Amino acid sequence: MTYVRSKFRHPMLPKNDLGYTVDYYEGSLSTLCAGCGHDSISAAIAQACFELSIEPHKVAKLSGIGCSSKTPAYFLSNSHGFNSVHGRMPSVATGANLANRDLIYLGVSGDGDTASIGMGQFVHVIRRNLNMVYIVMNNGCYGLTKGQDSATADVGSKNKAGSINLFETIDLASLAIELGATFVAQSFSGDKDQLIPLIKAGMSHPGFAFINVISPCVTFNNNAGSTKSYDYVREHIEATAAAFDFVPIMKEIKTNYEEGSVESLKMHDGSFIQLHKLAKDWNPLDRVSAINAVQNAKAKSEILTGLLYLNNDSQDLHELLQTSGRPLNTLNKSELCPGSEVLEEINAGFR
Amino acid sequence: MSEIKINDFVIRFANVNGTGSASANALFTKAIFRMGIPVTPKNIFPSNIQGLPTWYEVRVSEKGFLGRREGIDFMVCVNPQSMASDVKSVKPGGYFLYDSTKPLHSQFVRDDINYLGIPMTELCNNAFTDARQRQLFKNIVYVGALSAFFDIEFNVLEQQLGEQFKGKERLIEPNIKALKMGVDYVHEHFKYPLDVRVERRDLLGDSILMSGNTACALGAIYGGATVAAWYPITPSTSVVDAFGKYAEKLRIDKATGKKNFAVVQAEDELAAIGMVIGANWNGARSFTATSGPGISLMNEFLGLAYFAEIPTVLIDVQRAGPSTGMPTRTQQSDILEAAYASHGDTKHVLLFPASPKECFEFTAESFDYAEKLQTPVIVMTDLDLGMNDHVSSPLKWDEDCGYQRGKVLDAAALDKLERYGRYLDVDEDGIPYRTIPGTHISKGGFVTRGTSRDEYAVYTEDGEAYRRNMDRLIKKWNAAKEIVPAPEFYQENNFSEYGVLFFGTSTYAAEETIELLKQEQISLDAMRVKAFPFGEAFADFINSHEKIFVIEQNRDAQFRSLMMIELGVNPEKIVSVLNYDGTPITADNILNQIKANLQKTESNN
Repeated sequence: MTYVRSKFRHPMLPKNDLGYTVDYYEGSLSTLCAGCGHDSISAAIAQACFELSIEPHKVAKLSGIGCSSKTPAYFLSNSHGFNSVHGRMPSVATGANLANRDLIYLGVSGDGDTASIGMGQFVHVIRRNLNMVYIVMNNGCYGLTKGQDSATADVGSKNKAGSINLFETIDLASLAIELGATFVAQSFSGDKDQLIPLIKAGMSHPGFAFINVISPCVTFNNNAGSTKSYDYVREHIEATAAAFDFVPIMKEIKTNYEEGSVESLKMHDGSFIQLHKLAKDWNPLDRVSAINAVQNAKAKSEILTGLLYLNNDSQDLHELLQTSGRPLNTLNKSELCPGSEVLEEINAGFR
Repeated sequence: MSEIKINDFVIRFANVNGTGSASANALFTKAIFRMGIPVTPKNIFPSNIQGLPTWYEVRVSEKGFLGRREGIDFMVCVNPQSMASDVKSVKPGGYFLYDSTKPLHSQFVRDDINYLGIPMTELCNNAFTDARQRQLFKNIVYVGALSAFFDIEFNVLEQQLGEQFKGKERLIEPNIKALKMGVDYVHEHFKYPLDVRVERRDLLGDSILMSGNTACALGAIYGGATVAAWYPITPSTSVVDAFGKYAEKLRIDKATGKKNFAVVQAEDELAAIGMVIGANWNGARSFTATSGPGISLMNEFLGLAYFAEIPTVLIDVQRAGPSTGMPTRTQQSDILEAAYASHGDTKHVLLFPASPKECFEFTAESFDYAEKLQTPVIVMTDLDLGMNDHVSSPLKWDEDCGYQRGKVLDAAALDKLERYGRYLDVDEDGIPYRTIPGTHISKGGFVTRGTSRDEYAVYTEDGEAYRRNMDRLIKKWNAAKEIVPAPEFYQENNFSEYGVLFFGTSTYAAEETIELLKQEQISLDAMRVKAFPFGEAFADFINSHEKIFVIEQNRDAQFRSLMMIELGVNPEKIVSVLNYDGTPITADNILNQIKANLQKTESNN
């Protein structure tokens, strides 16, 4: 890691619709290991927010505990962040979202934080279709405690210490689809071209958007024999689509693809996901087909990346609970307190 | 016939859980309440849905003593399962009302109590054809019989049934019929009314009869809570149930029909408190309700809320622990766990309501305290207060008092600042300024965290910065002493060497004890504690008495420990008066413990 970051930025850096350059979306200097996949994901998040021209203060960043959960300090420094407790980010995000439905909620977690200690909360936040983007920076190991296997390590994968993982892996993407997540994608920290549009699409999705990002741990799980090393992932990656783009609502579609090969998925808010489909027998709008695609790839020791599943026709938690369109945190006493006359009527009912 | 006792008795109903006895028993209690007579009912129920014995005990007290009292004057036994022990529990000279459809077995016959046989099953089988009706109306038949025995005004019962079945009028007639069947049977077969009876009074004024949990729920509505997250647990469940019920009526946006509230049933208590913390962090007033086992699970998050300084409101309806303990029995045994919940150095604000009125007020105010102090506030009620109806002064709301949101910076305030520091002690009271996410385009943002940080919310492992922060938290804790409710004193000036201290539901029995002691020419100064941390008035009371009796309902004298830890009170000075069998403490019990100590002291002198 470096200790000093230059404040110099190229004067001609492109500006987004709000007039901000990408550095406005950066955070403080990362304290993760040099080459950590997580830093690439942080950069992808900043880039996605920049490209979408999101006001940083309209984003709330939430995380649990672990290397991945430290990253909210490393992007969007003008956003509020909440580095909560281990495995419990989904509940904090749920409460925050209930309080103010108008912010964008970006949850960052790791494989330990999600697939082990936080599995209960992960499962239930999916069931509630909370309107948030949930990114798992998945490296198959516990970095901060020096490299123990996590629950997403593959059976037979070897860690730096040379021990072989004996236990079945938890496949978070399949699990999310099975539980009814309404946007499920998988990516690789080394593939920004794919990851950035996925994050943008996830942020535009009005429900629970899950992105499982394989993010190698350079220090503890980048050795030969590991199935989460840079080399292994690069060799075994298989994308659902060759090219992938996200076109926000009201933007002109400028396609770079050959006509006929491109499929456009219209999203709930009128945005489009454009993709050049590669996976056979895969329909991203069909849950069974999506699970089959992930499982077929897994059977061939491949990691299927890209958009996996999209459900455009769901209700998020606020819609399910029929909460007010105005954020609950903006309601004042006159709207919340029924007053002393009503209380007198209530008293009368208890006499 | 012995001396006539007016408005002074204890009646116990022995029922089978799930047979509809609860509403019949409530009908009985409410009738006495409406006749202007102080009355206090207690459910003694099993952790079971159907089939096990359940009891309902009502104390009627002209003198207004609303605590539990030992000794049963009248037993209504409709549960063969518990009959043997029910017969034994009646005071000599008392009454035992039973279903005489089948003859009473000789083993249940005592020669020092009076038996009142009503053939409830037979009467109902003859009058009703539907099996469920036959069962339900047995309960109403005994209420009718009791009204004749006790001289309860029949039109009061009729009026109640009319209110209860408003909109389902066809149910009124068979209920009245069943009541009359009971009345008529007594009129034909017994001398009535009995020597134990009621007589109309006007002792209750504008009082209400309400459960503490209902009052807490209303407190949350009036206090402006918008997000309730919870996990079901006895005895707290009815808090959030009632919150939801009232919110559906009182919190619907008229223009859109949408809800100005959200209730989420979480996957566990950890998630429930996590949601509450998330919502409060984001500027909505939010609360959860739980009991001891839930507090155990919430410890980790409570530490986060303490250290990251996030307002949090929690209602702890205490039950008998440890572990699963006796889930349907009452206790005040979460005091230490709540006061110091979570690892590391933590302390939490506790409130101790003693009546439904205070459940309402303290819950509503807890949001002000939590936001002013930016810390968890735990409302410590218990099963007795929460799940039983209590006679209480009516709930009162002062229209003039606004919601006190504490130190929150808006965009205009942030604009004036050169640099915002989340944990800067600007006002030197230990309470920093917070910002709500989304407030300002470029100022006020920071990462909230459970790790150590400096005044500007930047992560640090610098020991000096950590210590400064921990010291500021203590400064804030001291500021809390001036903010939370002060104790109530029962005398203007102290006049005794001895003081007695109590809180929560021990209050009813404690107040009765003070009266009983006065009759024996023993006077004690008394203080009712309403909150933790303890302020100056509390310390003064302790310091100005030689000996302090501390009444509490747990085995380990937890409140006593709290006094020793926080104020360094000499343990020898504190005499514990304890009750921990799961039933509400009684005046006789307190009296005996205090007198035993006083006698011992006297004989030592």
